[in-house]
Amino acid sequence: MFKKFSKDDVHTRTNVKSSVAKTLKSKLVSQYPKLEDVIDEIIPKKVPISLYKCEDKIQLYVVNNEILFYQQFDDLIPELRLVHKYPDAFPSVQVDRGAIKFVLSGANIMCPGLTSPGAKLPEEDWPVNKIVVVYAEGKENAMAVGKLAMSINDIKTINKDTGIELYEYLNDGMWNFRD
Amino acid sequence: MVLYCEICSLPVEFCEFGKSFKKCKLWLQSNNNEIYNKLYNSDIKSSLSKEEEEKISNSLAKMQLKEERKLERDLINLQNSKILIKRIPRTKHKYIVAIANLDLLDPNLFDMKKTCKKFASKFATGCSISKNSEKKDEIVIQGDVADEVESYLREFIDSNGINIKIEHVTERFTNKKK
Ligand SMILES: [Zn+2]
Repeated sequence: MFKKFSKDDVHTRTNVKSSVAKTLKSKLVSQYPKLEDVIDEIIPKKVPISLYKCEDKIQLYVVNNEILFYQQFDDLIPELRLVHKYPDAFPSVQVDRGAIKFVLSGANIMCPGLTSPGAKLPEEDWPVNKIVVVYAEGKENAMAVGKLAMSINDIKTINKDTGIELYEYLNDGMWNFRD
Repeated sequence: MVLYCEICSLPVEFCEFGKSFKKCKLWLQSNNNEIYNKLYNSDIKSSLSKEEEEKISNSLAKMQLKEERKLERDLINLQNSKILIKRIPRTKHKYIVAIANLDLLDPNLFDMKKTCKKFASKFATGCSISKNSEKKDEIVIQGDVADEVESYLREFIDSNGINIKIEHVTERFTNKKK
């Protein structure tokens, strides 16, 4: 989504009303329940939230000049540096070491990279379209965020084709965004 | 706290997959020896076979070498490229001056707009920034002041210790009638 993304893709920048900020915060907590205790730390009260409306209907939520979340449709998606700060707050999967190079070049993640011995998937089934953070074998920090292209059980049993549609990854346009 | 690499901006553990790995390593070594040793002086735990690991490191080394060569080439290109001062005839005896490739200069040091204003008052003539046929900005001065511009730019370049050549060309008058 952000392979080529820069400030030239931003159309408008506005501060959201406090009522909108409130709705946003509660939406974040309902989508990522583990954020409940830290939401006021991430988005402090009285600090304005800027909304950047961008190309392709992408919207960025910016606080203190840092992109925290973005959305294209309904889901709110965390920016990677935020994930690094709150690693336990988001559902995650892990790919094997062989897949790192491909993910960092922006490729969608194929099922075998998610089911091999170096990879990790949750025990429980997660539905298609769920937003997940992508970790890598042998690495501590997340390297990408994407959306499940099939359910966790399907990834495990079908084990071919795209398992995760990639949204952002280390060193993409979002990561390097400067306003 | 995540340690981000000051060279490639990624968490340092991902430097090995980037284009500037050598520089990243040097930076980390002098900035955080403990993490350096953890990353580079211990065995990588990996589920991959030896052959697969070798394949990855070979392709990364290839990519990194390619990037190094590219940087070298860019540097040579920069050294070979020059600021062009063009004397362009408007009529048989009237010339204007256009200065091209000023983007070779660091925009923090050399402000095109300000320089344009400076030229306008220095030479008491019209001076503007316009796009050339390659859609790059040029400073255009309404007056035959190529020599003065050249010495001004030379002084600027010398006093800032920049290594860029300046070339001076006079275009021929062709009596084109439209
Ligand atoms: Zn690095």
